[in-house]
Amino acid sequence: MTAAAEGSPPLRATRSRGGPLLQSEQAQGMALISPTFLYALVLLAVPILVVIAHSFWTQNYLTIDRTFTLENYRVTLTEPIYRDLLFRSLYISLVVSFVTVILAYPIAYFISFHGGSRKNLWLFLITIPFWTSYLLRVMSWKVILGYGGVLNSGLMGLGVIDEPSTAFLYNTTAVIITLTHAWAAFAILPIFVSLEKVDRTLLEAATDLGDGPIRRFLRITLPLSMPGVISALMIVMIPTVGDYVTPRLVGGKDGVMIANAIQAQFGKASNWPLGAALSVTTMVIVTAMAGITVFILRWAARRAR
Amino acid sequence: MIEIAGVTRSYGAFKALDDTSLSIREGEFFSLLGPSGCGKTTLLRMIAGFDTPTSGSIAIDGQPMDGIAANRRPTNMVFQSYAIFPHLNVAQNVAYGLKRLRLDAGEEKRRVEEALAQVSLSGLGSRGATELSGGQRQRVALARALVMRPKVLLLDEPLSALDKKLREQMQVELRRLQQAVGITFVLVTHDQYEALAMSDRIAVMFGGRIAQVAAPKEIYQRPVNRQVADFLGGMNFVKAEIVEESGASIIVETHGFGRVKTDKPQAFVRNGKAATLGIRPERLRVLWDDATSSHQVTGKVVDRHYFGEITHLIVEVPGLEKPLSVSETNNFGADDIPVGAAIRLAYDPDALVAMAD
Repeated sequence: MTAAAEGSPPLRATRSRGGPLLQSEQAQGMALISPTFLYALVLLAVPILVVIAHSFWTQNYLTIDRTFTLENYRVTLTEPIYRDLLFRSLYISLVVSFVTVILAYPIAYFISFHGGSRKNLWLFLITIPFWTSYLLRVMSWKVILGYGGVLNSGLMGLGVIDEPSTAFLYNTTAVIITLTHAWAAFAILPIFVSLEKVDRTLLEAATDLGDGPIRRFLRITLPLSMPGVISALMIVMIPTVGDYVTPRLVGGKDGVMIANAIQAQFGKASNWPLGAALSVTTMVIVTAMAGITVFILRWAARRAR
Repeated sequence: MIEIAGVTRSYGAFKALDDTSLSIREGEFFSLLGPSGCGKTTLLRMIAGFDTPTSGSIAIDGQPMDGIAANRRPTNMVFQSYAIFPHLNVAQNVAYGLKRLRLDAGEEKRRVEEALAQVSLSGLGSRGATELSGGQRQRVALARALVMRPKVLLLDEPLSALDKKLREQMQVELRRLQQAVGITFVLVTHDQYEALAMSDRIAVMFGGRIAQVAAPKEIYQRPVNRQVADFLGGMNFVKAEIVEESGASIIVETHGFGRVKTDKPQAFVRNGKAATLGIRPERLRVLWDDATSSHQVTGKVVDRHYFGEITHLIVEVPGLEKPLSVSETNNFGADDIPVGAAIRLAYDPDALVAMAD
C-alpha cells in the first residue's frame, strides 16, 4: 500500500466494499493493462510460439510430423542459398539503417536547432509521404529507376548516357535506395526528439570553455543525441531485415531477401517447418546484430570522451 | 580590466541595455544588481560574448572584444543552471576546457585536482554528473571555470537555485575563493544581501541603465535615488525642502525631523526646492524609560511585526505623512511594546540621507 492510501483514512470505508482484489494499486494496474496485454499476448506471443514449434517439426506432404527434429535448422544454416539470402538481408538492412540515419541526422538537426517556431510545420511536411501507401511509394521508385524511367530519361536528356540503362532497377542498390527513402521519417523523429532534449545552455558552456562549433557538436550534441541515433538505427534495421515488398518489387533476382524465401516456404514450396526455422533464425540473428550494434556504439561513445 | 563604453543592446524598439558605461577593476568582486529585466544578464552575456552590443564597445584587459567569439575570450562563466555536462563525470567536466590546451596527462590531472580542491570537492572526480546535489553541481561549475584560469570569471545568479542556508555558506566561500585566486569576478544577482555580502563594488541597474556604482556600504547608506534605496532594503522616506545649499552639503527642512544638514549625494538632481530624506529602519532606536538623545522624534506605535531576532514597529509621528518603520533587536523587549504605546525614537543625523526623488 502506498502512503497516499494511508494518508486518507476516510476513503478506507468505501474501498473495503470493492473487495480485497481491487484494493491494491498493483491489481488495479493489472486490470487496466489486461485488455491490451491479452490482445498482445494472443496476437504476438502465441504466433511466435506456433512458429517456434513448427521449426522443430517436419512437413510430410499435406500433414505435419510432430516429432522433434533439428533438420530444418541444419538446412537453414548449411544450404548456401539460405545463408546467402540471410547475409544479403543483413547487409542490406545494415547499409539501409546507417545511410538512413546519416541522411536523417542533418534534417533532424536542422528542424531542432533552426526550425524556430515552424518546427511543427517541418515535422508535418516529413509525414507527407505517408499519406500514400507503402506499396505506392515503392512503385514510384520503379517509375524513377526503371528502363523508361525518370532517371534514365533525365540522364539521356542531359547527354550523360546514350541509351537507357538497366543498372538502376532490379538489384541490391535499388532495394537500398527504396528502403532508405521509405524509412527516413522513422529515423528523423527519434533523432529530433533526442536533439530537442539537449539543453542549449550546455552548448553555451562548451563554447565558453573554448570549443568551436564543430568540436562542440562532436563533444556535446552528438553524444547527447546518441540515444536517438541508436533507436533510429534499431527502428530501421530490425524491420528492414525482414522486408518483403521492396525486394519483391524493385529487387529483381539480385535483390531477393530472406523474407521472400520465407514467403516461398510458407506458400509455393509448402514447407512450413523450414519457413519457420528460417524465420526463427532470422529473428535470433537480427536480435544479435541489433545488440552488437548498440554495444559498439555505446563503447565508441564512451571512448570518444 | 573590463571597460564598457556606451553599450546599447536593442531588441527591436526595446532597449535591454541603454548607453551603459562601466569600468570594472582588476581583481575586484563586482556585482550587477537589479530586478529581473533590468539588463544585468544581457550585460554579462555581452562580456562573455554570447550576445553582441547593438552599439558601443567592450574591452577586456585592454583588448577590444568586438568580433571576438565567446570561445576565444579570456572569460569563463558559471551558468545559472550550472550546465554540467550530464554524460561526463566530475573530473571530465572540469577537464573539458583543458582538452583543447593539449596539456600532458599529468599536468591536466594536477590542474583538475587543484580546481576540485579549491571548491572542496577533492576525491569526487569519478562521481557521475547526475549523482550530485545542487550545491555540488554549483561547485563543479565553479571548478570547471576556474581551472581555465580566466582573467574574468562571470557568475550568472549562481546561488539562486540553492536553499537559504547553503546560499549563505556559498556566499562566504565564493568571497574567500575570489580573494584566494585573485581573479576578477563579475556576479549578476537580484538578491541585495548577496551583493552586499560579497562585493567590492556594486552596480545597481534599473530599466537598462546603471543607477549607481559604489561599494556596498556606500550604496546601502547613501543611495542616489528612491529606487536604489528601496531595492536595497527598507527605507523611510520623508519629504523635505531645501533651505540652503553650500558646496558638498545641503540643509533641508522637514516636518518630523526638523532642520537637517546632510551631504549632497553623488549625482544629485535638483528639482526646485523639493528633496527626499531617507533613513533606514535600523537607524532609528527606541529610547527606553527616561533616556534622552539630542536627536529624537516622538510617536505612537500603530503596528508591530515579530521576526524572531528583530521586531518591526510602525510608528506614527505627528507631521509626517507616512508612519516610520523601525527595526529594533529584541534583546531589550521591543517585542513587548504594545500597539498604541507612545515612544520616543533616537536617530543619528548622519543616517538621514538626501536623495533625488
